[in-house]
Amino acid sequence: MIARAKILQPPWKEISRQREGATFGIWVFLASEMLFFGSLLLLYTAYRVANPDVFIIAGRETDIWYGTVNTAVLMTSSLTMAVAAQAAEADMRRLTIWCLGATVILGLMFLVFKGFEYAEDIKKNLVPGANFALKPPAAQIFFALYWIMTAIHAIHLSIGLGLVGRLAISGALRRVQLRENPQVEVTALYWHLVDVIWIILYPLIYLMGRS
Amino acid sequence: MSVFMPEAASAQAVQTDQIYYVLLALSGAVIVLVGALLLIFSIRYRRGSKAKRGALPPIMSKEFEIGWTSATLFLALFIFWWVSSSQLSALVAPKNALEIHVVAKQWMWKTQHSNGAREINELHVPLDKPVRLIMTSEDVIHSFFVPAFRMKKDVLPGRYTETWFRATKLGVFHLFCAEYCGSEHSRMTGRIVVMQADGYARWLAAQPEGDGLAKAGEAVFRARGCSGCHSEASKVHAPNLNGLYGRKVQLADGRTVTADEAYLRDSMLLPRRDVAAGFEPIMPSYAGILTDGEIISLTAYIRSLSGKEDNPQ
Amino acid sequence: MTDVAINGELPLPREPSYLGAGHTVASWLGTTDHKRIAILYAATITFFFFLGGIAISLVRLDLFTPAGDLLSDDTYNKLFTFHGVVMVWFFMVPSIPGTFGNFLLPLMIGARDVAFPRLNLFSWYLFLAGGFCTLYALIAGGVDTGWTFYTPFSTMFSNTHVVAAALGVFIAGFSSIATGVNFIATTHMLRAPGMKWFRLPLFVWAIYATSLVMVLATPVLAVTLLLVIAERWLHLPIFNPDFGGDPLLFQHLFWFYSHPAVYIMVLPAMGVVSEVITCFARRRVFGYDFMVYAMVGIAVIGFFVWGHHMFVSGQSPYASIVFSFLSFIVAVPSAIKVFNWTATLYRGQIGFEAPMLYALGFLGLFTIGGLTGLFLASIPVDIQVTDTYFVVAHFHYIMVGGTVSAYFAGLHYWWPKITGRLYPDIWARFAAILMFFGFNFTFFPQFIVGYLGMPRRYHVYPPEFQVYNVMSSAGAFVLAAAYLLPPLYLTWSLIWGARASRNPWNATGLEWKTSSPPPRENFAVVPHVEEAPYQYHPEGVAPEHGGENYRAQGDQT
Repeated sequence: MIARAKILQPPWKEISRQREGATFGIWVFLASEMLFFGSLLLLYTAYRVANPDVFIIAGRETDIWYGTVNTAVLMTSSLTMAVAAQAAEADMRRLTIWCLGATVILGLMFLVFKGFEYAEDIKKNLVPGANFALKPPAAQIFFALYWIMTAIHAIHLSIGLGLVGRLAISGALRRVQLRENPQVEVTALYWHLVDVIWIILYPLIYLMGRS
Repeated sequence: MSVFMPEAASAQAVQTDQIYYVLLALSGAVIVLVGALLLIFSIRYRRGSKAKRGALPPIMSKEFEIGWTSATLFLALFIFWWVSSSQLSALVAPKNALEIHVVAKQWMWKTQHSNGAREINELHVPLDKPVRLIMTSEDVIHSFFVPAFRMKKDVLPGRYTETWFRATKLGVFHLFCAEYCGSEHSRMTGRIVVMQADGYARWLAAQPEGDGLAKAGEAVFRARGCSGCHSEASKVHAPNLNGLYGRKVQLADGRTVTADEAYLRDSMLLPRRDVAAGFEPIMPSYAGILTDGEIISLTAYIRSLSGKEDNPQ
Repeated sequence: MTDVAINGELPLPREPSYLGAGHTVASWLGTTDHKRIAILYAATITFFFFLGGIAISLVRLDLFTPAGDLLSDDTYNKLFTFHGVVMVWFFMVPSIPGTFGNFLLPLMIGARDVAFPRLNLFSWYLFLAGGFCTLYALIAGGVDTGWTFYTPFSTMFSNTHVVAAALGVFIAGFSSIATGVNFIATTHMLRAPGMKWFRLPLFVWAIYATSLVMVLATPVLAVTLLLVIAERWLHLPIFNPDFGGDPLLFQHLFWFYSHPAVYIMVLPAMGVVSEVITCFARRRVFGYDFMVYAMVGIAVIGFFVWGHHMFVSGQSPYASIVFSFLSFIVAVPSAIKVFNWTATLYRGQIGFEAPMLYALGFLGLFTIGGLTGLFLASIPVDIQVTDTYFVVAHFHYIMVGGTVSAYFAGLHYWWPKITGRLYPDIWARFAAILMFFGFNFTFFPQFIVGYLGMPRRYHVYPPEFQVYNVMSSAGAFVLAAAYLLPPLYLTWSLIWGARASRNPWNATGLEWKTSSPPPRENFAVVPHVEEAPYQYHPEGVAPEHGGENYRAQGDQT
């Protein structure tokens, strides 16, 4: 009962309504995120249409192994998040917390692999600047977009880790109940957004010129 | 210049002013209408006045609303159509236009006539002849603005923008930079000097730079080693530049483009981008090697090779 | 809690007002009460308004003479940049939504608070953080790119604190998005029983439409500023032509947000005007449905006209034609609203208290500003006047003549509800009239000098433009004086003003059914709505003299 009372926040009078509200709110926020990443993707598209050959040359320099492994990792984490959300609904507390934990671990794995990939990229002189590895100037634009888009994605992922982690911990410590908790739906939807963004980024970054 | 209107010194100015006057009249009418209604209603229907209230007349209905909405929409569309139809015909400069190259930099204007004559912050042009401006910037975005001609066009780094005018009045007119470009943006002004055609010809002949732009370009062509590949004697398989300017070019990726100023510039600076069909992408880039002025003169030289398609280079 | 129909009054709440519920600084800075958050916003935006005003006062002072003898070129450039950045993002965008939107949205729909009260407070802190970042940019030496941050000047040539300023605006943008999400969810999910969509006051519709734009447009600004920061600070080429980058892409991205942004700035104002005109004319609004469709139409079409800022930029002439067409279309719904407001006055019982004076001023000035938009939508005319004072005059007529007038209309209309005090109307009317004249003297000459060819952002100018600049600068100081009056008499009213009854204007709307000021919980009982808004008279019958509700003058206490 204590845990339940903590979830209900004014002005809401019933938890079910609050949950509907929170879900509605996160969908509206996701719409804004579509515009956010959409404008980056539009920029990428404009430059790709203007420099098709160079983007292929540049795209070959990305590390497809890291990219593919990370895609698998992230998609699996979306699975564990979805299971967590369903388990919370079914009041299967232990399964929920395990799955939330798995999501966090997979997310951390993504970041770690990304870190290694970044280190490789730096060693290969793929940071735009004086020592850039490739000759065509527009290749530096490809890589500028690479660094910016993956970094922004990583920031979003880190925020997601915070949300998932917070839920896992407070659920494990029994500070809040997880069934009917509006935050579960919100967190799940945000996490799926992070995954969807990556699914769109992956072919644009890693599959250029590799057909 | 009158109190409200700048001098109209170009063919376009007359057109623009016509549109301006019509819009002014329309706006005036709407303001008078709305203002009058506001005033009349405010007085007539002020609190406690004796004017009749009571049953609202049936004319104030949805049909009325739809009616004035449609009328407004129709008026908007009509004005758009009327304004735009004049615009489309003015898009492209006439073929016989005099060509002037403009280079903008912080905070000055450099203009160059086709015979190589150069001016700083000034441009002499003949009366009643179309003049085409081909412009680029060495640094940030500027904008070439001549109020008397009702003409303005942004000037960008890394590409050419174009506009054209036909001056219809003699005199000296303001040139302003109209895109904020840093500290001395408001001091980046100049003069457009419109002269009689024969006076202009005399003035042009008297200018220091006797060499035509194309001749200067020819010198650059040899000095920078372009002739090393782009000549008949060369062992390297490179496109023939005779008659290239203005022609359609088939590219390696299947597209067809026209060999205009932008194409020539890109070919010098980003040669891998639009490789001609049947050729290898082996041309080195001249980015950082050629100045903007050299590119302009090379372009003029290549232009001068039109009509020499059958001559050996 | 029982539902009570509102044919008459709701029972007056017995709780202390929201102002009295907690007196510590912590109770204010940690509040989740939408009404207190509205006050926090009001204080912050007022601070920024005067800061931006001081900046431009120095600019107009320098413009008295053509030679620019007061300030250096660089200082001048930094001042107009600061004016633009502060006024757009730290005054105009948050003003009406942050203050009246926050205060009134829950009250008008019969709710207890917004959907996400803690997010609401977080929005304000984001706004504050963005403000601090921008102030840092100012104190550290300023920014000189203009509020539009055009590349490559901002990314590769300016020697000023561009990154700090861009970061400040970036952070403030998230405040906008959070507020928008909150308001949309609130409107969808917390309406009182019987409060159907087409029974909502037009102010609620206005805030809703604004919130849609805030949520969808602001993210693009965030990306654009991020790219500028990345290019300038990390030297990642995005818009740099030396690498094949296109400065025009910056402009597309920037204006894709910044055009809808002007609708963020004007839609709430339209909502305020609808509330004020109906109350002080004692009339139902003419054409409620069309007013709603018009606002939603403006919000939607507004996303597709951004290229009209780029007619001379080197953009394709065919794209320009399309943008010109859509810009003519977007004028139509605004025109409809002006007609409908005018028709609302017909056969009313019109009072000229300060809120109404501001609303009438809005009508005239917004009409002028909107009509000059047609000039700008016409490509040949735009070629002459873009980047000149004509454009400056156009947007100030709408933003200042329009939105700021509406802000003051709302301030004076809802002041008794927010503070529980009445202000001296004589001083308020005097300020309104002074503002109207000062405004026109400042900005009308700018239309003329713009067509004559005086470019904007010019520190020095040719002497033949001086007479217009003198007139404009003189008007600016009258306007400044007018702006100083409301802080004086409104503050006076807080201490010595008569206390307001729950409904001093005899207005319809749920906010007037509760006490002035309202308690923390807004209402003593949940309202149950049965009628359309603006029931100032029976349908089809204009209010008669001496009739039941004909005076916008309720009892005093």
